[in-house]
Amino acid sequence: MGLEAKLTQDGFITTTIDAVVAWARKSSVWPMPMGISCCAIEMIAAADPKYDIARFGSEVMRFTPRQCDLMIVAGTVTYKMAQVVRRIYDQMPEPKWVIAMGACTSSGGMYRSYSVVQGIDQFLPVDVYAAGCPPRPENLLNALITIQEKIGKTRARDFQDIIQPKIEIANN
Amino acid sequence: MEKVHNVYSDEKIYKKLLEDKNVTVDDALDNEMIINMGPQHPATHGVLRIVLRLDGETVLKAVPELGYLHRGYEKMAEDMSFIEFIPHTDRLDYTATLCNNVAYVLAVEKLAGIEAPKRAQWIRMIVAELARIAAHMVAIGTFAMDVGAVTMVMWTFRERERIQEIFDRLAGARFTTSYTRIGGVAADLDEVTIKMIKDFLDSFEPVLKDMDNLVLHNRIFIERLEGIGILSKQDAISLGITGPNLRASGVEYDVRRANPYLFYSEVDFKIPIYAEGDSLARYFVRGDEVRESVKILYQCLDKIPKGEIMANDPKKVLPHKTEIYSRMEELIHDFMLVNFGINPPVGDSFFSAENPKGELGFYIVSNGEGNPWKMKIRSPSFCNLQAISKLCEGAMISDVIAIIGSLDPVMGEADK
Amino acid sequence: MEVKELIINKVKENIGEANIEFVDAIGDFSIIVKKEKLFELAKFLKESPELEFVMCKDVTAIDWATRKKRFSTVYHVYSFKLNFTLRVKTNLVVEPYKVESVASIWESANWYERETFDMYGIEFVNHPDLRRMYMPEGFEYYPLRKDFPVMGIPGSLPLPQKPE
Repeated sequence: MGLEAKLTQDGFITTTIDAVVAWARKSSVWPMPMGISCCAIEMIAAADPKYDIARFGSEVMRFTPRQCDLMIVAGTVTYKMAQVVRRIYDQMPEPKWVIAMGACTSSGGMYRSYSVVQGIDQFLPVDVYAAGCPPRPENLLNALITIQEKIGKTRARDFQDIIQPKIEIANN
Repeated sequence: MEKVHNVYSDEKIYKKLLEDKNVTVDDALDNEMIINMGPQHPATHGVLRIVLRLDGETVLKAVPELGYLHRGYEKMAEDMSFIEFIPHTDRLDYTATLCNNVAYVLAVEKLAGIEAPKRAQWIRMIVAELARIAAHMVAIGTFAMDVGAVTMVMWTFRERERIQEIFDRLAGARFTTSYTRIGGVAADLDEVTIKMIKDFLDSFEPVLKDMDNLVLHNRIFIERLEGIGILSKQDAISLGITGPNLRASGVEYDVRRANPYLFYSEVDFKIPIYAEGDSLARYFVRGDEVRESVKILYQCLDKIPKGEIMANDPKKVLPHKTEIYSRMEELIHDFMLVNFGINPPVGDSFFSAENPKGELGFYIVSNGEGNPWKMKIRSPSFCNLQAISKLCEGAMISDVIAIIGSLDPVMGEADK
Repeated sequence: MEVKELIINKVKENIGEANIEFVDAIGDFSIIVKKEKLFELAKFLKESPELEFVMCKDVTAIDWATRKKRFSTVYHVYSFKLNFTLRVKTNLVVEPYKVESVASIWESANWYERETFDMYGIEFVNHPDLRRMYMPEGFEYYPLRKDFPVMGIPGSLPLPQKPE
């Protein structure tokens, strides 16, 4: 490996903290599997032995939003569910990214009806849209790689003016 | 935020939860507490939400709340032609897409009086049984994962992938297949696919044995399921439970046997029944059903005749693509069918088929036009979920997971 | 044929010929009953020892969108003894659209009737727990009525705001 050769030669590497942090972040993206409908099954398929999402450092699917930095919204988001998706997004620590997996999530897809949100970008900032209904696991992996590229380019100053969101707790 | 709070209020759920209790300000809930489970929860199989009232770890009352995946199928069906709705049936019970396809086209064919050719019907049986295996693989895998056996989901999904490869070749899509057509199927079953199915079946039997060995020698698995969530025969019938859950309670009812459609009367299979009615019995029924499906598949592959795969009824059945591009008549028919629909006679019909989750019924009301006047989907998961509040009462909180997993609801079809 | 004759005879005997109508079309057999007699018929179908329609498979409604006959409620019941699925229909003509609940006879009708209430706004009298099934509690419309647009009423279901 290149790293060992460098370390035995000089004992140090010159780089920026920004680059190291971005590299670490992108190599172990922990997804929050927001599995809502059909796409959730393909998301599990992406984690199973054949497609093996672990190759990309993202096998740690955590069902609690507080440990995650990537939300995969997999499935049709209805108006009733939108409140929940948004609240879970708010609970994730910064910095965070969102994949809109599948046609329904991206644009409402084939569901032009009274109860389906026509695209989650109406209430969430989406980073990558994965096409397909549902996308094949390969496509989800492709979306993950795209996110990793995006994360790799981030620098500390990108997150300087993050305002912590106000979580409104309904008093019922 | 004022309006948001109003529309999505949970007031009535809590009212229902506390209906048999007078809550005062001094003594709000004694030692009891309310826990909200879902809609985002790893073990609720999608977006089921259950609000539980607990005394320590014992569940006193459970109120399930649905509708987080309500996509308005029945409304959309009124707005589209019968042919257009086929892709939507994929997404009902998304673990067994082909079973839904088959049930839906059979319902429309019953209404419109079309009969598919024999070969098409045998192919439909083959794909429906393959889909049943695929669905039970998800059911068993996620069920075992929920109660702690994570390896199981890897093994079952490995097998499921192989079935999906067959679908990929046969229907052109691995997951949302939309393979059946009104009056037949979209593509013929060729030799390569038959060989793939045979290879799969041959190697599947030992894998099933391995799976059973993996969990049934595990004391944790057994102890978390045995005697948990017992559903009596009486309750199961009066709650309208169908499918494996009903058979685990000792009722020998299978639509394939009671009311045979396709050629199920010509194949030999057993209906597995268990009298216990607990979660473990529901696990066993699914395992046995998969073995019966394998048996049916072998017979189907032997008996499948040669012949056409689409009915010869140009006013109602879509012509083949190559004919549309080369002949005028077919082009006109295709145009008429796609734009104005198949216009079944005025009337209503109810057809139900045995799906992996239970009895999937379509009640279609036609007023003679191209799109249905009303379509009601009788989804098995919806009915099976009705048992949850009864089963959870008096159980421990960890049993709730086992109960949901054993009932195996799919929210796409429960919420419609 | 035998089963249908048995049902016809038994039902005629016990409910009265004036209140019922039998239809046999497209492979399904249905009974159309007057609204007032629905509960009685349901009770009879379940409790009669010859028929034993013990399982209620489905309850739904149809919106005919005409002034003369606005709604029909439809019940599908199944008898293990006869291996037969029977459809029972009743017409709701005048407002307010109310019908006696059968949830006390068939437990499974509980959720089906809630669903029908949610979608059509038909009130089931004496229902133990008549809440909305799918739509949020504060929703004001009934989606499956024919005068409700497919894309819904704008603003009736608010979305959370997009974060900066």
